[in-house]
Amino acid sequence: MSASVSEREKRRAAEEAGGAGPDAAARDAAARGGVDPNDERAARFIDIRGLEKTFSGDGAPVYALRGLDLAVAEGSFLGVMGQSGSGKSTFLSILGGLSHPDAGSISVDGIDLYTLPGERLADFRREYLGFVFQSFNLVPYLTALENVTLPLAVKKMPGAEKRRRALDVLEHVGLADRAGHLPGKLSGGEQERVAIARALVNEPPLILADEPTGALDSETTVEIMDVFAGLHREGITIVMVTHNPEIQRYFDRTIVLRDGRLDCELPACDIDTPL
Amino acid sequence: MRLRTIAVNDLRRRKSRSAFLVAGLLIGVGTVVALISLTQSMTGETKANLQSFGANIVVTPRGKDVSLSYGGISVGGVAVGAQSLPETDLARIDAIPSRAAISVVSPELVGAVRVKGRRALLMGVHPAAEFKLKRWWSVDAGRPPANGHELVAGSAAARTLGLLMGDYVRIGGRRFTVTGILRETGSQDDSLLITDLRAAQDVLSQQGKVTLVQIAALYADAPVDQIVKELAAALPGAEVAAMQEAVKGRMHVVDQFRSFSYAIVGVVIAIEALVVFITMMGAVNERTHEIGVFRAIGFRRVHITRLILIEALIASVIAGVLGYLAGMGVTYAVLPLVARSAEVAWAPLLGLGAVALAVAIGALASLYPALHAGRMDPTEALRAL
Repeated sequence: MSASVSEREKRRAAEEAGGAGPDAAARDAAARGGVDPNDERAARFIDIRGLEKTFSGDGAPVYALRGLDLAVAEGSFLGVMGQSGSGKSTFLSILGGLSHPDAGSISVDGIDLYTLPGERLADFRREYLGFVFQSFNLVPYLTALENVTLPLAVKKMPGAEKRRRALDVLEHVGLADRAGHLPGKLSGGEQERVAIARALVNEPPLILADEPTGALDSETTVEIMDVFAGLHREGITIVMVTHNPEIQRYFDRTIVLRDGRLDCELPACDIDTPL
Repeated sequence: MRLRTIAVNDLRRRKSRSAFLVAGLLIGVGTVVALISLTQSMTGETKANLQSFGANIVVTPRGKDVSLSYGGISVGGVAVGAQSLPETDLARIDAIPSRAAISVVSPELVGAVRVKGRRALLMGVHPAAEFKLKRWWSVDAGRPPANGHELVAGSAAARTLGLLMGDYVRIGGRRFTVTGILRETGSQDDSLLITDLRAAQDVLSQQGKVTLVQIAALYADAPVDQIVKELAAALPGAEVAAMQEAVKGRMHVVDQFRSFSYAIVGVVIAIEALVVFITMMGAVNERTHEIGVFRAIGFRRVHITRLILIEALIASVIAGVLGYLAGMGVTYAVLPLVARSAEVAWAPLLGLGAVALAVAIGALASLYPALHAGRMDPTEALRAL
């Protein structure tokens, strides 16, 4: 069964209206001991097969990804580790619909990303994904509240509703009292929380985080990872790229990429395997 | 939060660039407004001044002249057809639809007379109208004739006939006092003896007749060709001709000035568009990383393009309003220096036009930068530092 971006929008509207969506029906069936028809889709929430990506420059071609296969279950917290040049960022940008693979397929919640027509990929990013960037990437001339509301700027929704949702997620990350501050007036940890809130405002089922703690000290790193852990407990699927082995304990699964391939999965990796 | 919120906040944040963008448009729009309003004011004054340069339409009897004469009318040679017009034609001239566009109607009767045993040309006119028509006429130490027993002598006629101011002459049994000598004009007017029309009609036995009518049409109102057509229809027995050389030559000055102004306007608009284009391209390149973030969080290409255009349009509207005010200010400052009697005309439509011009230039010059921003590869944009 495949879903589409518009189906997710309709599902969300039905749930908000109080109706039972297909996921609610499936959960009810499972609770009564019946077969959950969404099990397979949940197990392969992110389904990557034979992913390849090559960059051609002035010199020899760079094989960023060479036939990556991976299945990620819905609601899991996946850590992606590896040396520089292992293909982590390329993997994340393709998963985020920002870069087209040269070969292979990638689907999220049954949606084959790179068969989506035209600008539907942008719509997918808006409805299904939340991006948390390494350098926060907040817009410096917008307040924390305005930054969080940014993904809603292109949605047809009353301004009051946009503001309410943004304040809700800011409160969720513990920053409701800093809503009117510009990013320049926030600490690194606070900026990261705003970035997480921005990623959450559209209630995406999937968060992609690229080295979110890379610019933070250890104490703030723990605070931020606790936020992510909370999101994980709420059932959001998180894929996080990181160099930091200290946060590996937060992940359900940790995979290691090497030379564009899935090298191993912790703890099965050789502990001496350099990262 | 809407796209325009992002646009307004970006303009407020990047004050220097926003000010440069607005200034570039403002200077251009202000220049255009100043040139157009100056041209309009000066054209009006020029047209009014052209009235002082004499007649531009001549009404003559329909006929064929076969001898040299004053104003193209035979006064002593053989001619075919009528040699005069009825004075009643003047009433028909007053009845044409474009009469309000006529400044002066000056009938003239010209005929040959004998003065002190010599032949001379006598011209009968309405002195007030004739002297208004021919502003270059100037009476040295005297005055124009005030009645049918006074005359003014052209400089050559006075020299030839030995006339001085205050002298008495008999012409056709009628005694005239010389009330002045016309300053030399260098034309055949220097050979004339100028008196009241009625007196000339009596002397020349041409009661109720005129030789020709000289008319000065106003340049600011109905076109001269239109007036000529109406006169020709009202006076079927007469020849009505525009003095094309006079009309076209004089208006050529005005048209040249206007064309020059429009050429300057075109150059200014081109430079303005270039300034906007370069500024917006710089702004887009400066925001490459930010655009990558917008794309990553789900903005479509059209949203990015719209965002850039909204910024340009906001700056354009501001520049249009300020440019109009600046242009009118320059007009007020400069006009007294170039046209003493001209007045500045406030035109609300010019203000609307100024804003529309600024918006059009801002939008067109920003279109490529906006499309360029929308087409940016989000991955490359995110990598940009």
